[in-house]
Amino acid sequence: MFEFKLPDLGEGIAEGEILKWHVAAGQAIAEDAPLLDVETDKAAVTIPAPRGGRVAVLHGKAGDVVNVGAVVAVIDDGLAGKAAPAAARAAAVPPAPAAAREATPAATQPSPAPAGSPDRRRPVPAAPATRRLARELGVDIDQVPASGPAGRVTPDDVRRFHAGDRAAAIPVAGGAAAAAVAAMPPGHVAAKAIRDDQAFAEFAAHAAATIPFLELEPLPDFSRDGPVEIEPLRSIRRKVARKMVTSMALVPHVAHMDDADVTEWEEFRKRQKEARRDDPGIGNLTLLSFVIKAVTAGLRAAPAFNASLDPFKEEIVYKKYYNIGFAADTGRGLVVPVIRDTDRKSIREISAEIAAKAALAREGKLPAEDMRGGTFTITNVGPLGGTAMLPTINYPEAAILGMGKVQEKPVVRNGQIVIRKILPLTLAFDHRLADGADAARFVGELIKQLADPNLLLLEA
Amino acid sequence: MVMGSLRQETQVAVIGSGPGGYVAALRLADLGKEVVLIEERPRFGGTCLLEGCIPSKTLIHAVEVKENALAAADFGLAFAAPVLDLDKLRAHTGKIVQGLSHGVASLLKRRGVTTVQGRARFSSSRSLEIEGGEVAGIDYEHCVIATGSSLTRLPSGITPKVWSSADALQLQQVPPTLLVVGGGYIGLELGLVYQGLGSRVSVVEFNPRLLAGADHDLVDVMVDAVSHRLDQVMLETKVTAINETPDGRFRVQLEHAGKSVSREFDMVLVAIGRRPNTEDLGLEHTRVKVGEHGFIRTDRECRTDDPAIFAIGDVTAGPMLAHKASREARVAAEVICGRPAEFDNRAIPAVVYTDPEIAWTGLTEREAAAENIPIKVGRFPLSALGRARTLDRTAGLVKVICDPEDELILGMGIVGPHASELIAEGTLAIEMGATIEDLVATIHPHPTLSEALMEAAEAAQGTAIHIHPPRQP
Repeated sequence: MFEFKLPDLGEGIAEGEILKWHVAAGQAIAEDAPLLDVETDKAAVTIPAPRGGRVAVLHGKAGDVVNVGAVVAVIDDGLAGKAAPAAARAAAVPPAPAAAREATPAATQPSPAPAGSPDRRRPVPAAPATRRLARELGVDIDQVPASGPAGRVTPDDVRRFHAGDRAAAIPVAGGAAAAAVAAMPPGHVAAKAIRDDQAFAEFAAHAAATIPFLELEPLPDFSRDGPVEIEPLRSIRRKVARKMVTSMALVPHVAHMDDADVTEWEEFRKRQKEARRDDPGIGNLTLLSFVIKAVTAGLRAAPAFNASLDPFKEEIVYKKYYNIGFAADTGRGLVVPVIRDTDRKSIREISAEIAAKAALAREGKLPAEDMRGGTFTITNVGPLGGTAMLPTINYPEAAILGMGKVQEKPVVRNGQIVIRKILPLTLAFDHRLADGADAARFVGELIKQLADPNLLLLEA
Repeated sequence: MVMGSLRQETQVAVIGSGPGGYVAALRLADLGKEVVLIEERPRFGGTCLLEGCIPSKTLIHAVEVKENALAAADFGLAFAAPVLDLDKLRAHTGKIVQGLSHGVASLLKRRGVTTVQGRARFSSSRSLEIEGGEVAGIDYEHCVIATGSSLTRLPSGITPKVWSSADALQLQQVPPTLLVVGGGYIGLELGLVYQGLGSRVSVVEFNPRLLAGADHDLVDVMVDAVSHRLDQVMLETKVTAINETPDGRFRVQLEHAGKSVSREFDMVLVAIGRRPNTEDLGLEHTRVKVGEHGFIRTDRECRTDDPAIFAIGDVTAGPMLAHKASREARVAAEVICGRPAEFDNRAIPAVVYTDPEIAWTGLTEREAAAENIPIKVGRFPLSALGRARTLDRTAGLVKVICDPEDELILGMGIVGPHASELIAEGTLAIEMGATIEDLVATIHPHPTLSEALMEAAEAAQGTAIHIHPPRQP
């Protein structure tokens, strides 16, 4: 018997949603044949069977969320040696040297009785100094979410938990939303769905204590007014929700809008396509790849837009590399593939990479590694229409550029009304890092580059 | 000064100057407390220093030097037969004990700890009466009981002239034949010392195995290595009577499988365990509660049921080991000073100074089996280790016990040379919450015995570099 556990699906990914099983219980499966599809916060992946045999048990059905490391399937591979049943593990008492001495009556028991949650089979792994820190801070180390291997609790885990505890206990008078969110350890308060009234009341009271006038109430029962369909907030949708709320709460957004004249660029592209019909690379040549190149040039001139502000350390981190993400609509939700080192790639290379990564993203097969490390994001809703938008910064980046629909418009050039191809641009940026004038210069420079493709020669 | 008339007041009174008591007194003084330490004996250090660890390890080292010198003949370095000067060895041991005891005295003095000689008994939760000293009584805010343990005596009918381990350490004579009653660590260590000094030694043990608390695989390696040094090891055998013969020898009645035999020895060493010193302490005048086998009940902060009184070391439950007492001493001292301390240690190392040494820490395989805790074990034999070969000491192994799922290290067992030193790394690993990968990825100096720990961890992961992988079918 082989117990197959949901493998590590990438950095920071703790769980995944089962999309579908490729086999049913009782069926035979070959080694490396597809076993199940799992969707995480970042991507959907097909996981192959690690060994062949008969599928004895499948844990979980499509739609279930399973933790990394949890047993998802048991494959009968003809070998003995099944792991001990979970019940035996849970019942096992850790051989603590002090176990025999925990009989002291309550009258003289100075500290709360040792935690007796029935499923604990061993003490929480943590270094002696970490355990001491927890005692000093009055934190029950058993309650601290661990970030280390094998569930090891680190000093930072203890401090984060302590800070979260304090935030929950002491109302911050007049505190801003940012302060409230910053004080919450990741996943401490709002990470899990709140289903019971008590938990909701606590959460609402906590939030209201930090934000004046904020009133949180459970949503009304919409089904009283008409038919509804309820689906759980999962995977990519939930990730997007967290990311956007965090960004809006922490970053003061300012938007700067302008129009770029891309007539010359369109003609350049048309010429190249006709001149090099047999070159498949030219077919991919999109406006986005030009914009990425032009943005890269702009970021080199204005490092604030390629920076991150760390409000906790009170530092500004200027990144000396240029990794541009582009928002892709996948049908499953929004993902942002990242093109790395755009300052060192040609427009052709960038074009090819956009095409390849967008295709992978649509299939849900883009590796998590290709969705991290971005320094600036571009969202191009133009193909779907739109003259202006207010994009939300891809936190913790400094800015996001929105591209609208390219349209022919009458504009005045040298006193004449002429028809030009116009691309509306919106730069939403972190006002802590840059000011309106910086944004005007940045977008102005961008417009110049896009208006004259020859200028990009200087960047190629 | 009138003897026995003076009463003294102090913030903290500590009873006993062993590795529990003196450490507690020093730590309390460092944290700013006024401390009085009461010791019944004329010398500081308790059992460990005066008649336990320190003298026994001195003798064990002497015998080890002899054994190593003899073994050197195997690789071409032969010495003349060793000559034992018992008086000199006794004086040498005494000098080491004396030196360390003076060291404790001077540490106490420099920290400003007041020391009182005498026998302490509680007269209330806040006061002690002292018998035999110049101070008649002590009133305190807090008291730490660190009175240790004493040897368990054989039941009545046994002649009083047999040795206890303390007697054996006096080194009065080397009996031509010696029977060690008790196959625990004290009996084996001292039995091997006397064998090394020239006695023919037999061991009798009531249990079916020697070192009943240790994992079998570790004990087996040690037994294989020492069996040629022992005349006879009698397991599942009971001593029913010991009688002195007219010529000053001892006739011992041994019972095994219902059959009784009688044998004569020049001396008998009784090493059948220790019991806590909690009798005649006047505990009935306090709220301290004594549980099973005379151990004082304490919690993780070393508090007894009496809010003013703490207890540490052998008088409390758990293994009777000096290092456990010293750790508890620090906890009690810090708790008394209002600091957040707790005896939350996950591993108490145990060492047996046989040759080869045995040491273990944390979870043993026996405990895991008894309590149904799933484990994975990585083993590495010293025969595959370069350093063990250079020492010509290849009998031994290191095993690492971990959680089969996340590979958190739960225990370690070692048998081999310097196991006592090597086990420290395993204990640190457990306390730090280390995983197998942490051990594997840590560079261990080459060539050393410590590499065996890393290799055993690799074995737990499936393959150790220096072991042949299982053959493919």
